[in-house]
Amino acid sequence: MPKLSKKEMIWSYSQMFRIRKMEEKLMEVFAKGEIPGFIHVCIGQEATPVAVCSHLTDSDYMANTHRGHGHALAKGITSEMFMAELFGRSNGPCRGRAGSMHLADMNLGILGANGIVGGGIPIANGAAFAAKYNKTDQVTVCFFGEGATDEGTFHESLNLASVMNLPIVFVCENNGWAEFTPQSVHMTIKDISQRAASYNIPAKTVSNDFLEIHDAAGKFIEKARQGNGPSLLEVQSSRWHGHFVGDPQKYREPEDIESAMKRDCIAEFEKFLLENKIISKKANQNIQEEIEQEIEAAVEFARQSPVPDASELIEELWV
Amino acid sequence: MKEIRYIQGVKEAIHEEMEKDKRVVLIGEDVGKPGGAFGASNGLWKQFGSERVIDTPISEAGIVGMAAGAAACGLRPIVEIMFMDFMTVCMDGIVNQIAKMRYMFGSQYSMPIVIRTPGGGGLNAGPQHSQCLEAWFAHIPGLKVVMPSTPYDVKGILKASIRDDNPVIVVENKALHALKGEIPEEDYVVEIGKADIKKTGSDVTVVATSRMVHESLKAATTLSEEGIDIEVIDLISISPWDRETVFNSIAKTNHLVIAHEAVKQCGIGAEIAASVAEEILDELDAPIVRVGAPFVPVPFNLEQAYLPNTQDVISAVKKTLERSL
Repeated sequence: MPKLSKKEMIWSYSQMFRIRKMEEKLMEVFAKGEIPGFIHVCIGQEATPVAVCSHLTDSDYMANTHRGHGHALAKGITSEMFMAELFGRSNGPCRGRAGSMHLADMNLGILGANGIVGGGIPIANGAAFAAKYNKTDQVTVCFFGEGATDEGTFHESLNLASVMNLPIVFVCENNGWAEFTPQSVHMTIKDISQRAASYNIPAKTVSNDFLEIHDAAGKFIEKARQGNGPSLLEVQSSRWHGHFVGDPQKYREPEDIESAMKRDCIAEFEKFLLENKIISKKANQNIQEEIEQEIEAAVEFARQSPVPDASELIEELWV
Repeated sequence: MKEIRYIQGVKEAIHEEMEKDKRVVLIGEDVGKPGGAFGASNGLWKQFGSERVIDTPISEAGIVGMAAGAAACGLRPIVEIMFMDFMTVCMDGIVNQIAKMRYMFGSQYSMPIVIRTPGGGGLNAGPQHSQCLEAWFAHIPGLKVVMPSTPYDVKGILKASIRDDNPVIVVENKALHALKGEIPEEDYVVEIGKADIKKTGSDVTVVATSRMVHESLKAATTLSEEGIDIEVIDLISISPWDRETVFNSIAKTNHLVIAHEAVKQCGIGAEIAASVAEEILDELDAPIVRVGAPFVPVPFNLEQAYLPNTQDVISAVKKTLERSL
């Protein structure tokens, strides 16, 4: 596995920072009522999408979840297109029909976030099957949470991927909370990676550390690319906020939230970069400012983007 | 022309489309070397290999979801769900994913998927292997639903379905699998969304689906001996359905009977009856009469008492004529 260059580390850090700031901005505009419906932010989990997707090209496929903003941003969607879709505007990649919970962008291999827990896992298998069938070297990455591993689709899909030797990496972001329920209530194991053993799929559990995730994901993705079948990577991640934005988290002890926030993958990586003089304070500040400007501009772009006409409602029922 | 059985029509359609288009793959339980539980893929595995004729674990949700992903990435999967009753264990894939993906994602990709599945009774297979659930799928925007009744229609509409860029549920009736009929030697398709008038008549329009088309044709023979001339429309497509052909027929006969094997409550007959009442009630000279199964599960022992038959169609026709203005 090639070692990460300084440039790659700085880029990865900037992408993690971009996801965090995007989520914070979304919470702000959501609270103002500019975006209707539900949004689910991934603050605390930014390391995983960036570390995994940095090994992928635009032609590799990705399936993800309702908590999917980070995945889409890491897979390469522009801030403007992302925000336009979340605002439900006609120029979003899904014409605004998908919004936060179903965002897709096939130009970047983003098959579509899924509102059904576990719903994206078999779909990811299908993309991996298509790549194998067409004898390309495309890899599919499938993100889901630990809650989804209680679904039948998870087990059916891991077995199918194993039997069919599909070029796929299953990435479980275990943030400890399946909506409002802690892991200890809905399963008796600690490591999701144990579940892969039933399907003869190699698996690894790593912490919420960018470099650790990057290294493990790189090995699994390369294995899939070489035609050596599926793997499962579990990241023991942390969810800082509620299931959805506005969730008061009455089911959660304040200490649990505090302890989750102590594991800040971005602050830790930033510290690593500064201490090892990979990035200067000044360069760091510049990156942060640029990203904050980019996000402001994206929000403004979305606000100015066309609102769909009601006549678009019945378009495209059939091809 | 040549004579084949219904199940042979299914196989020929898959075979010919697989030969023509390498993007077409067949996925299902026992579809490979065993040739399918009802023989619909007999010999296909030998010709196309396990890359294109894929035997899967018993994982309907996994299979249907996989078809969705494969279709999104350019393949054209045909999925066999061995019994229509098993559609229940892959409803998320069909209803929340496949039916919505193209619309929801702003037409970034299509969902050219065929799910073919045998429904209906006749094998004494009991409550979990005998249902007609087509109305569920007709209730979902984004799915096309067809249920051909003859070898000619099944071959032609299955070919059309495989070529269609929309997801199509093809419902066969197990009791029809052995039915013989003539088909042309050359390539042909039966258009989705078009009904077929299987027998013209002037007194009563009978709109029938699948096996009930044959029961209605038998009823037509009996009724003609009594001087009653019914028109039998084979709906073939449930969604979208051919309103024009049905409405034109009613304008001629002024009487409507609808016959399907599914339970009468909330069946496709309810939709047709409601549409007729909304659009052309003034064309009717008598109440609409529906023929359908009673509102109970399909029992193992009393299946023949359960299944709607020729006599039920005859009674329905007479009932509407008795109420005629």
